[in-house]
Amino acid sequence: MAKAKVNGVEVEFDPGMTVLQVAELAGEEIPRFCYHERLSIAGNCRMCLVEVKPGPPKPQASCALPAAEGQEIFTNTPMVKKAREGVMEFLLINHPLDCPICDQGGECDLQDQSVAYGKGSSRYDENKRAVEEKNLGPTIKTFMTRCIQCTRCVRFTTEVAGVTEMGMISRGENAEITSYLEQSVSSELSGNVNDLCPVGALTHRPWSFNYRPWELTKTETIDVHDALGAHIRIDNRGPAVLRALPRLKEEINEEWLTDKSRYAVDGLSRQRLDKPFVRKGGKLVAVSWDEALSTVAGKIKATDTSRIGVIAGDLIDAEAMKATKDLFYGLGVTNLDCRQEGAKIGPVTQSTPRESWLFNTGIAGLEEADAILLIGTDLRAEASLINARIRKSWLKGKVQVAVIGQPVDLTYDYAHIGAGPKALKDLKKHAFRDVLKNAQKPAILVGTNVLSGADGAAILKEIAIIADDYDVVKDGWNGFNIVHTAASRVAGLDLGFVPVGEAQDATAMLNGGVDLLVLLGADEIDTRNLDKTFVVYIGSHGDAGAAAADVILPGAAYTEKSGIYTNLEGRVQIAERCVFPKGEAKEDWAIIRALSGYVGHTLPYDNLNALREKLITDHPVFGRIDVRPAPKAFDVKAIGAKGEISDRPFVSHITDFYLTNPIARASVAMAECSAARKAPLSVAAE
Amino acid sequence: MVGILEDKDRIFTNLYGFHDWGLEGAKQRGCWNATKDILSYGAEWIITNVKNSGLRGRGGAGFSTGLKWSFMPKEVKDRPHYLVVNADESEPGTCKDREIMRHDPHLLIEGCLIASFAMQAHACYIYLRGEYVQERERMEAAVKQAYEAKLIGKNNIHGWDFDVYIHHGAGAYICGEETALLESLEGKKGQPRLKPPFPAGSGLYGCPTTVNNVESIAVVGTILRRGAAWFASFGAPNNTGTKLFCVSGHVNKPCNIEEAMSIPFRQLIEDHCGGIRGGWDNLKAVIPGGSSVPMITAEQCENLPMDFDTLRNLKSGLGTAAVIVMDKSTDLIRAIARLSYFYKHESCGQCTPCREGTGWMWRVMERMVKGDADPSEIDTLLEVTTQIEGHTICALGDAAAWPIQGLIRHFRPEIEERIALYRSRKSNFAGHTMAAE
Repeated sequence: MAKAKVNGVEVEFDPGMTVLQVAELAGEEIPRFCYHERLSIAGNCRMCLVEVKPGPPKPQASCALPAAEGQEIFTNTPMVKKAREGVMEFLLINHPLDCPICDQGGECDLQDQSVAYGKGSSRYDENKRAVEEKNLGPTIKTFMTRCIQCTRCVRFTTEVAGVTEMGMISRGENAEITSYLEQSVSSELSGNVNDLCPVGALTHRPWSFNYRPWELTKTETIDVHDALGAHIRIDNRGPAVLRALPRLKEEINEEWLTDKSRYAVDGLSRQRLDKPFVRKGGKLVAVSWDEALSTVAGKIKATDTSRIGVIAGDLIDAEAMKATKDLFYGLGVTNLDCRQEGAKIGPVTQSTPRESWLFNTGIAGLEEADAILLIGTDLRAEASLINARIRKSWLKGKVQVAVIGQPVDLTYDYAHIGAGPKALKDLKKHAFRDVLKNAQKPAILVGTNVLSGADGAAILKEIAIIADDYDVVKDGWNGFNIVHTAASRVAGLDLGFVPVGEAQDATAMLNGGVDLLVLLGADEIDTRNLDKTFVVYIGSHGDAGAAAADVILPGAAYTEKSGIYTNLEGRVQIAERCVFPKGEAKEDWAIIRALSGYVGHTLPYDNLNALREKLITDHPVFGRIDVRPAPKAFDVKAIGAKGEISDRPFVSHITDFYLTNPIARASVAMAECSAARKAPLSVAAE
Repeated sequence: MVGILEDKDRIFTNLYGFHDWGLEGAKQRGCWNATKDILSYGAEWIITNVKNSGLRGRGGAGFSTGLKWSFMPKEVKDRPHYLVVNADESEPGTCKDREIMRHDPHLLIEGCLIASFAMQAHACYIYLRGEYVQERERMEAAVKQAYEAKLIGKNNIHGWDFDVYIHHGAGAYICGEETALLESLEGKKGQPRLKPPFPAGSGLYGCPTTVNNVESIAVVGTILRRGAAWFASFGAPNNTGTKLFCVSGHVNKPCNIEEAMSIPFRQLIEDHCGGIRGGWDNLKAVIPGGSSVPMITAEQCENLPMDFDTLRNLKSGLGTAAVIVMDKSTDLIRAIARLSYFYKHESCGQCTPCREGTGWMWRVMERMVKGDADPSEIDTLLEVTTQIEGHTICALGDAAAWPIQGLIRHFRPEIEERIALYRSRKSNFAGHTMAAE
């Protein structure tokens, strides 16, 4: 530890810290625009100027200056005050005074800092500069005249998102931030530049002119659009959810969020199921809860238990799955499956360890890996923020990556070993073999779609053998990672929402295996063979499941209920209710609880706390909130089952990143993003 | 005899291109003579002698060249060392390096070899200004000659593997700033880097690098051949050696001339340039070191030794020794407004004070040329210059601020008169606020 003085107060700091960081250690606030902890240092805004002794007799940019032993740092001298006022004045001379109509107003760094550090008046009498707007795609709205050229957006897209599509062109006053060819920023993380922009130059296009930040109610909760469980904040005004913003969570999302998690919230007010429906004469007719529940109960009683099945979807909370499992197990129904895409993982036998369906390195832990093999996963679409972690590690030169599957653009270089199961065998002959063999901390990331289909278990076995051969799982390091894409999946597997023994899996149920099928928010399924099946849909959005349903029981979306979600690392997290369910809709567990009364098998809990107690008693893993399970080695080669393997290529089940769940498919913003990705030119031509 | 320096003591004996620029001619003039012997004395000896000669960087800042070389790591470790020669001579008024490259290119190449050897660099990049097309062709031809004669290259006669690469810039003034030059050399947008780290620690491609001006490198061979004491014998203490002066403006015969450092200004002008246009009394102001240093007045030019320290004490600078002479016919406000436009145009736009401030200063200056300003704006303008000066990443901000500071310091009454004149011609004066609307 070295020592320095900040305004006369001595502080200890780690060598390598900058003057700005040391000043913050001492509790001094240093104003800044261009500096951001997670981006490279640009040092161009000059707002963070401080006086440093020993040093030249002029103020120094503290963000870029390494702190030194015995240094004296001053942040409150007349020189510093004058420097800040000067820089502030320069920043404002060409900045329009349109705060009243600016979406950033109220949460604007420039606004706040000009109040705190500015002069209060301007001496600039000349004309202000105006800059042409840019078309940066459906997520970013530009007001380039407001830009202060801090280049945070440029650094984010180049460094974190891995797309070199933004930059600063021209010189001096004419310098402009642009995407060079007026193309939209083709990153699934593009919305983060709007957060990073310290002024109102880049604002959220889907939310433009919708709100003022101070009139919103803010609720801290968990995101469900992918399996990471990113920490988010939902802002609503009355019943309307207006925006989702990332919260800081180092171990999961740092402070980023994908565009889907962020902008799909407008889907929460579209295509909603707000009344119970029963199909009468081929048409869905709105009915009372009593009639709808009676209809379902009657059907359950009339159907043989082996011909009843339940499939749980991607956005369902653990409580709803627990209540459903309790109800149907109580009735003698064992056809339960939470794996609507059909991946052959989970507690299929008693002895299958939990580690076999988890992302064992953890999201942050993946940065420690020195060799990564991606099998059948389009990581950029399936888990964008994990992909960004690999890029971060790759940029530091700490990791080498190889891919078996589609050769997609992952924003970093990798060795492409092959496209299908054959490549699992070819790995032995590939140069990457040595990389994997010599790696201290090798990791394998397996996409769930690889493990679906008839040969899923056999492919899992092959992968398990590779993991065993290359010591991917050993004492102190578990590099075996399943890349889930559904927020509900790990909880479903943890509480045994899978067919055991002779019971039918999702594929069998969807192909005439059952006469009564309950879809618990399951929409990403093939409904073509359900003509003869009586389908009950419990969920929030009118999507594929509701279209095939004979009875619809309207449920709550993730912002409308408190629910437990386990992320792909096995981290149990609680999402909070931000608004109430729409219309007559109820929380999913409450629907099941009500149904249990109608079928004469009343569940033993009538409030959420009692249900959670039961959940934790039966499945202790749910008892530890927000803790990642300690990495544990397990017998990796025991998982999977030997069998025939077809030679189908490994493809991801996510064909369109923006449209993976009912909320996203109901969202206008996501539809625009999807269209822009497919036909970027037509959007740019507008 | 005119001037101070005798012909026998000139380093650039073909400055005007009267003789053969090629290898044969250069050798006849002493270049490449005993270079191998110089190298045989070792790097330490070279650096010590360059230090002792008192050679100060000829690019403008005037930092001791030998000392700069000694900042390079003593041993080559995991990263190679580089020498980069800054031939991006873009400072308005300066035209010395181009003459060296056109007419005495071998002096530069020899200097590159010696300097690289002293810093244990095996590669040297010469970054030429974009507009210097002929100079590039001449340099490339000279480098080719040197390669063919095995003076440089792999297994050359000097026993130090050494390659010279000529890089042609694209014509941006800011690329003359050493770190912007390195960025540009790496193929990026020419914008200055943050310092620290300094190039000697992490320069070109992150490797230890020294960036020197063409003149600083080109004189090294002769200094070592004739001895540090010989070079140090010219000029005042701490301001030694010979120096190329580029005199332009209102003199009868503008010229480039190699002279002893600390030559009195009047002697320089009268001996070499035929005097001030209209006589000495017609002198109004002088910009003594290229456009970015503050001007000085005629009174200050009496008995003025042209060197780094004297001019710094006058709150100006020797800079590149590009002397711009202005006689009494000059509209000084207009001249400085033109320089302000230049700096506004060449500001890279990276950091705030320079990006925003250069435009502001230029606009105010343009109004002051007409007199369409308020007298209080002179103080505002002066304060704006101090808000830029010292607050930027590189020295371009300073360079933009200094000419205006010099103008206001010495010729404030002239600006006030201009404003008064403008107002007197307006029957109904509403002040500058009207213009701003």
